[in-house]
Amino acid sequence: MSGKVSMNTSTIGTSTKRAERWQLAGALKLVLPLFLTTAGVISLFAFMAQMGLEADGQPPTNLPPDLQNWKISAAAVDQSWGTSKTLSQAERADDLTILRRLHLALVGTVPSLEEIRAFEAMESQDRIAQWTNHLLMDPRVGDYLAQRLGKVFVGIEEGQFIVFRRDRFNQWLSREILDNRPYDKIVQQMISEKGLWTGRPAGNFITAAVTGEEVDENKLAGRSARAFLGQRMDCAQCHDHFFAQWKQHDFEGLAAFFAPVRISAVGLEDQKDFQYQVDDSKAEDGKRKVDLRVPFGEEWLPAHGTERHKLAQWITHEENRRFDRAIVNRMWGLMFGKPLVEPVDDLPDPPVERQSDPLDVLADEFRTHGRSLHWLIQVIVQTQAFQQESRHPSAENGEKFDVASENWVMYPLTRLRPEQIIGNMLQAWSLQTIDQNSHVFVRLFRLFRERDFLKEYGDTGEEELALFTGTIPQALLRMNGEFSRQLSEATPLSAAGRLANLSNDREELVTGVFLACLTRRPTAEELQLIEAMCQTHPVSNATLAEDLYWTLFNSPEFSWNH
Amino acid sequence: MSDSLINCCWNRRELLQLLTTGVVAFSASQLSARAAEDRGPQRGKSLITLWLAGGPSQLETWDPHPGTRIGGPIKAIDTSIQGTQICEWYPQTAEILNSFCVIRSIVSKEGDHERGTYVVRTGYRPEPTVVHPSLGSIVYHELPQGSLEIPGHVSLGDGQFATRGGYLGEESTAFRVFDPGRNLTNLEAPVDHERHQRRLETLGQLSQGFLNGRRYPIASSLHQKTIDSALKMMTSEQLKAFSISDEPAAVLAAYGNHSFGRGCLVARRLIETGVRAVDVTLNGFDTHANNFGLSQGRAEILDPALATLVTDLKSRDLWDSTVVLVCGEFGRTPQINPLDGRDHWPHGFSILLGGGGLASGRVIGATDPEGVKSPENPVEIPQIMASILQVLGIDFQKEIFTPIGRPIRLTSGQPLAALFKA
Repeated sequence: MSGKVSMNTSTIGTSTKRAERWQLAGALKLVLPLFLTTAGVISLFAFMAQMGLEADGQPPTNLPPDLQNWKISAAAVDQSWGTSKTLSQAERADDLTILRRLHLALVGTVPSLEEIRAFEAMESQDRIAQWTNHLLMDPRVGDYLAQRLGKVFVGIEEGQFIVFRRDRFNQWLSREILDNRPYDKIVQQMISEKGLWTGRPAGNFITAAVTGEEVDENKLAGRSARAFLGQRMDCAQCHDHFFAQWKQHDFEGLAAFFAPVRISAVGLEDQKDFQYQVDDSKAEDGKRKVDLRVPFGEEWLPAHGTERHKLAQWITHEENRRFDRAIVNRMWGLMFGKPLVEPVDDLPDPPVERQSDPLDVLADEFRTHGRSLHWLIQVIVQTQAFQQESRHPSAENGEKFDVASENWVMYPLTRLRPEQIIGNMLQAWSLQTIDQNSHVFVRLFRLFRERDFLKEYGDTGEEELALFTGTIPQALLRMNGEFSRQLSEATPLSAAGRLANLSNDREELVTGVFLACLTRRPTAEELQLIEAMCQTHPVSNATLAEDLYWTLFNSPEFSWNH
Repeated sequence: MSDSLINCCWNRRELLQLLTTGVVAFSASQLSARAAEDRGPQRGKSLITLWLAGGPSQLETWDPHPGTRIGGPIKAIDTSIQGTQICEWYPQTAEILNSFCVIRSIVSKEGDHERGTYVVRTGYRPEPTVVHPSLGSIVYHELPQGSLEIPGHVSLGDGQFATRGGYLGEESTAFRVFDPGRNLTNLEAPVDHERHQRRLETLGQLSQGFLNGRRYPIASSLHQKTIDSALKMMTSEQLKAFSISDEPAAVLAAYGNHSFGRGCLVARRLIETGVRAVDVTLNGFDTHANNFGLSQGRAEILDPALATLVTDLKSRDLWDSTVVLVCGEFGRTPQINPLDGRDHWPHGFSILLGGGGLASGRVIGATDPEGVKSPENPVEIPQIMASILQVLGIDFQKEIFTPIGRPIRLTSGQPLAALFKA
């Protein structure tokens, strides 16, 4: 009986609790949407209220203490071209042009109108260096450089489910870059990391090469040579290299350093006393033993440590000039859209006479300055090559253009990468800087828009610095795509709409659009042209802003780095 | 500068020109407009690839082994190739199977979706330093485009891995239509005609300042040519090839009114217009669990679409000028796993290949009914690619000097004699 009563009580109690839960759920259903809507509206108004034409960001005021050292190193690079240049240098570009290059290289987008205003408020003649210093503390720079360098370090393949986490790897790399950790330390950690790749994300360099359930030591050997030494040794996996000095046993010897690594319950670990073997039909039992071997600089190998530790030390050894030349050339490529020496992963041997070419000069400077990527970027920015015009008075025709281009007497013209194109469009859509502090609505908008655009536009993938031309589908997408339409539409949230509403006159409106899209003011001729067009076909400010946005989005100036 | 072969033989300008030849080809009119109306042997050849993404099971398509340990619960049915049976879920295909060669012994070394797709699409295993072009890109690049105003290489459906132009250049990459037979995206100006014209006029005028002093490099990249070609395409009558609104309801019903069925119908229309390479993707063959239920569902879509496409091409006298390839990135394991599924299996799977003047009604290779031994008469993808290129009139041994500084053959294989008429 008591059991029954107890059971009834329990049932009643359960029913009561269930009823209360339903009531609570009902109340939540009513209140939650109301709350979310109100919060959304309030935050949207707050967001719109921020979107004025004036600069909110505070410009950096202090001159970087290392400025003179950067200038000295940059001058050494400038002089290293020696007398090889048959043409004079182009003139120095204006600061806004340099600012645009800087942002495209480090952030992947043009600067926002807000940033342009803040930059222009700086009075120092070294404001480019100041602004670069300011940017190098911006998480956007860490994320963007990690994204680009990440493709070099772990490729673009999706990788094995669970064992490869690109997101963790990029987050780790982004932090390392922002913290200005010496580049050799970053590489050493990637090569020799142990443990789980989620908690120790550098290990994803290894797990990106997992095929089936095994770590592919050949893939790692080839990638290490290309990414860290700027050498293509992949074909030596099967046969001696046809042109270069690499032999098959060089490649196998390198792969032997990665052979002991395996994935266990504790993550990445190195098997002790492991003997690497390869298939060989000529061997008695079809297998041949392979010992650790490096293709040059044997004396740089440390005596102790795991195989991967030894390789990491050898690759990053201070006498290994290929290591410094490879990253310097690649960073130069990211800053200019074109490396000093092409292709980036198949560099010639370092010159016998040290510092006899600009790459070697910069590589030596890089090494003696602690292999700091921040230092390297600052020095490149200070070079004449980075700050000069992208046109040359005597390079109008093809032959002379090639000479000027090969001699770096003008900044190279290169097409922007797909993520830079959509990055530019998205940033130009907003008057304010789109970064981690942006409203969640804006960040989500950017995330989805960027993903969808790249799906349609196509990505150049691992070919980070390859030559590529525009395609017809890309031109159609830019002219007629939903992205262009949405991002150029004059709405209360968009830059086109805000500029149309807030500008005092037509010139201010046109100037705002040019600054937001092209990081420059319109010329007098351009203003006249637009004024004449408005006289012939009178349109509202909103229509004019939309038409100008569309026009500039489709202009060659918008989609080229210059 | 680098001392590699690339730099001694090509400068940046020449490379750009090399990469952009496809755009020139697109806009140049080399053949008469009537070429699209030719029929039979004199007609320029084309390729349609029906891509079965995920890795279709050979046992539940063209190579069943009913009643064996590996065969599963399905039955097999007779086909128009005497003595050859296929899975019971393909009754319409069974009737037209003698239009194809059935190759049941394809072998590859890649059992991962992305890498397997790369091998079957390009004929090469993935390499870290170069991206090989897909078969469709090669066909587009090597065959004349005639008076075509629309892209000569088209990919229909939402395939995960795009068919890329690789070292032939991005312009050889397929023009993607994610939802075939529906509204084409990006081909209509977002504003009315008059405003669009004003915008274009302003674009031309505002571009001049930037081009001053930079005209040569920008022209080398064919920036303006690309825009002009895009504008030409926007107003081209040939765009109708992408639309199925004028097709009788019965035709659409026969293909199937879903993305794949519409894709096959659009593929036929594009080929008829003169497009050189079209692929249509049917997703959903990655049957790690519930293999039989999922495979039957795919068959209900594939069977009518494939059979109707073949019949349609024949009735329009396009079959002898159109190669049709039906394949996926690999097959599936003979063993059935505990989830009633089959896993990835590149060691002996099936494809269909026919049309374009190739032999038909033949069965090449065989797999072990017990799923243990290697297939008889194994065939590799490069052999299939060489055969297709040969029948399309393309020199399969041609070497292209690639941007990485070394020549690469269009395919490393030799044509398979059994695929050609005696």
